[in-house]
Amino acid sequence: MQCQICNQNDATIHLTEISSGVRTEMHICEHCAAEQDITVKNHIPINELLSGLLAVQPTDEEMAGPLKKQQPACPNCGFTLAQFRKEGVLGCPHDYEIFERALIPLIEKAHDGKTAHCGKIPSKTPHDTKKHMTILNLRQQLEAAVRNEDYELAAKLRDEINISEK
Amino acid sequence: MEITNLSNNINEWFNGSGPLADIVISSRIRLARNISGYKFLSRCSNTEKAEILNKLRDVLMSLDLGDEIFYISVDKTSALNRNFLVERHLISRHHAFGKGPRGAVIGQKELFTAMINEEDHLRIQVLKAGCQLKECAEQINHIDDMIEEKISYAFNPRFGYMTACPTNIGTGIRISVMLHLPALKLTGHIEKFLNMAKDMSLAVRGLFGEGTEAASDLYQMSNQVTLGVSEADIVTKFEKEIIPEIIEYENAARKQLLSKQPDILDDKISRALALLQNAHLISSHEALFLLSHLRLGINMHEYMGASTPAINKLHKLCAEGQTRQISIATINKLFMLTLPAHLQINHGKTLDPNDRDILRAKIIRSALNQDTQPKS
Repeated sequence: MQCQICNQNDATIHLTEISSGVRTEMHICEHCAAEQDITVKNHIPINELLSGLLAVQPTDEEMAGPLKKQQPACPNCGFTLAQFRKEGVLGCPHDYEIFERALIPLIEKAHDGKTAHCGKIPSKTPHDTKKHMTILNLRQQLEAAVRNEDYELAAKLRDEINISEK
Repeated sequence: MEITNLSNNINEWFNGSGPLADIVISSRIRLARNISGYKFLSRCSNTEKAEILNKLRDVLMSLDLGDEIFYISVDKTSALNRNFLVERHLISRHHAFGKGPRGAVIGQKELFTAMINEEDHLRIQVLKAGCQLKECAEQINHIDDMIEEKISYAFNPRFGYMTACPTNIGTGIRISVMLHLPALKLTGHIEKFLNMAKDMSLAVRGLFGEGTEAASDLYQMSNQVTLGVSEADIVTKFEKEIIPEIIEYENAARKQLLSKQPDILDDKISRALALLQNAHLISSHEALFLLSHLRLGINMHEYMGASTPAINKLHKLCAEGQTRQISIATINKLFMLTLPAHLQINHGKTLDPNDRDILRAKIIRSALNQDTQPKS
């Protein structure tokens, strides 16, 4: 993809701005970025990335609103989002369900927009769970194809889903 | 099995063999797993951690891996031994200086290791020399299956294998290659490589940790995305797209040096040889960089047929049948044996930095100035 400013160099910096619900994207090269005074950090350690993302999420207090409830904690391990912000790791597998809403944007950012597993499945997984997972994954791919306006692929995926569901 | 059984040898994955070995030094694949029914380590008490450790140690030690395996109690071993294991890429720095009951299971050939109670309950890794990611993937998948026959992993249908940090969920796989890129640095193009890697969602670290300068021009490059892709797809992308592109860049830079700046090339190689053969005091940092230039000279001759005065002189020292032998294996062995913990373990006692610099220089001089009887 070419730089939108100079139309010569390859675009290696991709900026997305969301303002008043409107999303604009900019794809530019390093030279033009420097000229525009846009500073880009070369390598953001993943912990920093995660805490930075969590920082823009509404805090548990804000979400609790005027009722001022206690910070939600995982019933299994007692972990809270505040602790995750500090430590960068979760307390137990159940946290992924309890804090799903706060974690999804982080997961999307860390994994190129993906949020569903489509790799190896443990052999001990029950057969119908495997089937369920395959269909979930196909559905996610279908959503992406429709978003990208790749209708040919979308049609193929829909056929696959229909076959798998039989 | 004692640590000293390893300390004098070159690791098999670092012996200069394997496909594309002039640029891809080694391949490594690691899987992160947690046992079901337990919390992640940050919420475990030491008692729970000990329970996890015992369970996993028993499972791993019972496996048939085609190699002798031994167990090290990482929390109970000395700091020097732990540093040694880090130097040898057998455990991470995080594991060496972590807290609580933790251990490592290591294969004698050092091609397989497992860390228990690092950031996750279990991290297994397979290493091979050169570019052999597909082979690593097959082997680690098989080991993962064997472990899973004896224990249940924490797994979620939506997010895949459960890990303590969301950056590892899904496949839990970290695929990485160690790359030698001296020419990209000498021609001033290393930033371009780093930017290309960032664009492709790849993490690049200098050897021995994040954010450090690339000691010996060696870089560890790995995938960052572990969710929403299959293990096989990541391996294929590395082998068919990413690695060929990097090899092309580095080879182009090497050719550029040869055709446009042969004097710079010769100067680097000659100085490296002269200093390493004669210095009486040399720091680890300096030794690693000089060894990198020798490695470049040897590989350029062997893989590109390059010929310059300095490369030819170096080659004469390497040629078979001669009195002196310097091969890539020698260079890599010197690299490893002159690291701080290796020096001290082989010497049998701790040394202060100045004494280490003297000993290091002595070992290198001795290896590069060997005079044996010529073969008739």
